[in-house]
Amino acid sequence: MNPKNLFLQGNAVCVEAALYAGIDFFAGYPITPSTEIAELLSVRLPQKGGKFIQMEDEIASMCAIIGASLTGCKAMTATSGPGFSLKQEAIGYAIMAEIPCVIVNVQRGGPSTGLPTSPSQGDVMQARWGTHGDHAVIALTASNHQDVFAMTVEAFNLAETYRTPVILLFDEVIGHMREKLVLPEPGEIPLVERLWTSVKEGTDFHPYLPREDGRLPMSDFGGVHRYNVTGLIHDMWGFPSNSPQVAHGLMRHLVDKIETRVHEITRYKEYYLDDAECVLISYGSAARSALHVVENRRARGESIGLLELQSLWPFPAHVVRALCADAEFVLVVELNMGQVLQEVKKAVDQPNKVFLANKIDGTFITPTDIRNILRLIRGKGV
Amino acid sequence: MNVRDYIRERFMPHIWCPGCGHGIVMNNLIRAVINLGLRKRDIVMVSGIGCSARISGYLDFHTLHTLHGRALAFATGVKLGRPGLRILVPMGDGDAVAIGGNHFIHAARRNIDITAIIMNNSVYGMTGGQYSPLSGTGSAATTAPYGNIDQAFDIADLARSAGASFVARTTTYHVTSMIKILEKAIMHKGFSVVEILSQCPTYFGRKNRLGSAVDMMKRYKEITTPIGSEAKQKQPGLIERGIFVDEERPEYCSEYEKIIEKAKGAL
Repeated sequence: MNPKNLFLQGNAVCVEAALYAGIDFFAGYPITPSTEIAELLSVRLPQKGGKFIQMEDEIASMCAIIGASLTGCKAMTATSGPGFSLKQEAIGYAIMAEIPCVIVNVQRGGPSTGLPTSPSQGDVMQARWGTHGDHAVIALTASNHQDVFAMTVEAFNLAETYRTPVILLFDEVIGHMREKLVLPEPGEIPLVERLWTSVKEGTDFHPYLPREDGRLPMSDFGGVHRYNVTGLIHDMWGFPSNSPQVAHGLMRHLVDKIETRVHEITRYKEYYLDDAECVLISYGSAARSALHVVENRRARGESIGLLELQSLWPFPAHVVRALCADAEFVLVVELNMGQVLQEVKKAVDQPNKVFLANKIDGTFITPTDIRNILRLIRGKGV
Repeated sequence: MNVRDYIRERFMPHIWCPGCGHGIVMNNLIRAVINLGLRKRDIVMVSGIGCSARISGYLDFHTLHTLHGRALAFATGVKLGRPGLRILVPMGDGDAVAIGGNHFIHAARRNIDITAIIMNNSVYGMTGGQYSPLSGTGSAATTAPYGNIDQAFDIADLARSAGASFVARTTTYHVTSMIKILEKAIMHKGFSVVEILSQCPTYFGRKNRLGSAVDMMKRYKEITTPIGSEAKQKQPGLIERGIFVDEERPEYCSEYEKIIEKAKGAL
């Protein structure tokens, strides 16, 4: 067998990708269905001199990766629904203090303990609005293992580029399913390394003063520059401030650095959309069934296509709007009660042409489920 | 170097009330660092939320002002990320053993090389005088209008039971011993805990009719006694001060280096 061809669980693919991206530090807490990520990294990280720690709880895991990131480590944690809820305050801290890190959420059914071993995509909105206060966030997803790899590397790259936490929204099917991964060669996917300041010792370093291109060079704890990091509204030195001007400026910066770059951050795939009268929009594992339906119906001559979203936040409204402009109707396929559906409705010119095909019972949405909804929309009955 | 060289004047004025004990702790912490001849760039101060937590911003180290109760979790990431750094974590009593209680016992259990300095003023000062896990029964607080029925923790007992390898207690009255204890705690390899009774005349003092800041400090002299003193045997209610635990035990980051060696050897 070609050693570059692997047959792995999605969680293991995420680990391979994190290592490819240069992960140095992982802190986690056991939770189904993400635990394999922690288990595998406990083996692999020390082999490369990296650090793995199982913390006392989910909150501590999130806090620990933030602390490690400040020492120059590429840091990640992994969890699922209940743990993702617990991490929210610290995710907000990483947003406010502009600390790069990656949070994997292998989604399971919720709310509360829900369906721990079943797939769901119910955390799309929690990824967006889970932490308190106005903010912007980056969240990526994937429907197959090659993309799990690509998006995991992308998550590390975007975290360093924008100095922000990046959320990977996988789901139980993706996490536990086994399929082929062609392991990319070193250098095949470009890596974004941390941007360190060139300011010399003795010169005033402004950890929170963006360059003209919007990026903020960092200095590691232990380095020559000593500065303050806080979750309070702060000025360019990192010192707390109550000034309305400083607060306004920081809030705008935190949101604009991501929202105004939605074109650069957006990742998606198009399947047969050129002449599609019916556009399916899906993401994550649900997109596998959606693609199956599209290919099947195409073979029968229907003009149907799929828009697979790989970045969910900032929401790629511009892409959705453009690719749905000529559609007679749009069907959003997702494993929740319409979390992306609402965003699609906001994005398109005619919200009443947008429909939902979903599953919320812990089972996976099948091509038959989607086909039945298509028949209903067309007035054909199931 | 003098004390002023360690203070970020840009941060002044500080937020502490007149008579607050936290300034005494900050002063003596700086003196301990000076006495030990440590470089500023080798020290990371990680704090949570509360009056005590503000120390981090005022001092010219690498400083990380984090979330309420979570300072030790952040500090664990910093330490494991770069074990060569010396980590100081100033905390309040609520920050350390109420909202942060889980992180406190687990940092102690791991014996990770971090120095936790708990400024125990028996009250939530920043929010205006609510009872804390160190207020004790019978005390008054804005949330205990009929008297507090919550039993208090003994932080030293808690730290020792959880596995801290250095545990000490002192007060803002006993500044000479405070400096020495802080020096030992900072140099100790492992998780070190220093509880410092620190007066809050504004809230705990006023609510409990303990008088001025000076009265409260004098009271620390009266209600405490050195560990193992005769006075303690005659008056068991006295609070012991001094060093309770000072032991060498495997430290977490050093043990992790062994894991790395093992893992590399297995390749």
